Parts: sequence; structure tokens; C-alpha cells
Amino acid sequence: MGCVEALNYEILLRYCSFKEYRAFIKEHYREIYEVQPGYKIFDLTLIGVPPIPIGVEGDSVIFPYTKPCHGTFVLKVEGKEEIKKLRSRK
Amino acid sequence: MEKDETRKEGLIVLGCPEAPAQVSLALYLAHSLRRSGYIPVVTGNPSARRLLAMADPECHYIDEMLDLDGCIEDTAAGERDYALTFVLVHRESGVSYAGTLSVVSAGRVIAVVFGKEAEALASLIDFECEKVVAQVVHNPMPLKKAIDRVMKWDV
Repeated sequence: MGCVEALNYEILLRYCSFKEYRAFIKEHYREIYEVQPGYKIFDLTLIGVPPIPIGVEGDSVIFPYTKPCHGTFVLKVEGKEEIKKLRSRK
Repeated sequence: MEKDETRKEGLIVLGCPEAPAQVSLALYLAHSLRRSGYIPVVTGNPSARRLLAMADPECHYIDEMLDLDGCIEDTAAGERDYALTFVLVHRESGVSYAGTLSVVSAGRVIAVVFGKEAEALASLIDFECEKVVAQVVHNPMPLKKAIDRVMKWDV
């Protein structure tokens, strides 16, 4: 099980709803992949309402991270391997 | 205590511990699951679990408590699943957990939506998931009745 604190992340949005992060990712990124809840990224299991958008910009991925008391954060983390994994999905 | 492999497990997913009705609701669901032949398992963040553990110190109601991230991860990986899952929803994040369980679990998933914003939260559930909705904060009886009706525990 991964730990978000082990990642070198930038917070792009905080305390947002799933509708807000969907709109944010769709508005700001041209390369977007939709995954199902339970998808693993950086060893974290994604929580969310299906489908969950993940944005790609340069060498970074942009994805939502949800906790029960704090809502959802949109994080930007460098991850060439994760981008490769997203691009190779059918 | 030895685990009975023949009994089905029922999962209760706790939300943020701030909601006053949550502990009563979780204990009632655990009691009802046990009475219906399920092994009651609870998951939630550490504070939510501690509040429940204090209310059930000898585990009369709850068989097992699991770390939230680990529980979701194991269910998503297919390592463990539950015949029936109740997701307690009183904040928007609860809708996300209900959405997640509706995808990663092959069992029946019911979102129990309560609190001041219950109707608005319930309207966000546009994915495949059963709902029990009651706009209650301190008086849990309408919620209890709604759950009993859906689960046919009132017969």
C-alpha cells in the first residue's frame, strides 16, 4: 500500500468535489485518461465516482486523491512510468 | 477467535467521524447484519474506528475493524470481498467511497445517505448503487425505518 506523503506532489486543488475536479482536469489538460475507481497509481488506490479522469502534462500526471474528512485534492506528480502505463491501456 | 469461512461478511464503511448519528447507525447495522447471519466488518479512518471501538469495547457487535485504505485496496485487488456493503454518506467524499465500492465489490452495495444535506448528496449518486436516504441529524429513527424497509428487517 502506497503513502501519498512519499510522493513529491504539488496540490493544484484542495477540498474539492468530484464534479469540480472532473471539470478542472477536463478544462486544463488535453491528454486525459479515464479510469475506474480502484485503479492504482503510484501504489495508491484511487477513490472516486466512476469514471475518474487522470490528466497528463509533460512528465507529470494529474489525479484526484480523496480522504473522508478532507474531500478531494488534485495532485500533480512526476511519473513517466505511470504515463507509460496509462498510454498503454486499451 | 476462529473465523467461520462459511458465513458471509457484511462491510460498514464509516465516513468522517463528525456526524453524531454515525456511531449509532454503525452499531445498529452491525447488530442487524449479525442477526441476518453476516459477519460484521467495519472500516473507516482511525478516529471513526476509535469512536466505534469505544462504544463496543468487547466486540459484541463488530467482528473486525479494518484500515480504510487497506480495505479498499484489498477489495479492488480482489483479495477480499463482501456480500453486502453499507457506505455511510454524510459528506461529498462519502459519495466517492460509495462510487468506489460500487465498482470494486461484486456484492450488494447500499449508500446510507443522512445528515443535513442528505437529499443533495443522494442526487450526486448517478452510478449503480442502492440508496437509503433520510435527512436526519440527531434523531436516527427515520433512518432506521428506511434501512429496515430496504433490508426487509422490519418484517
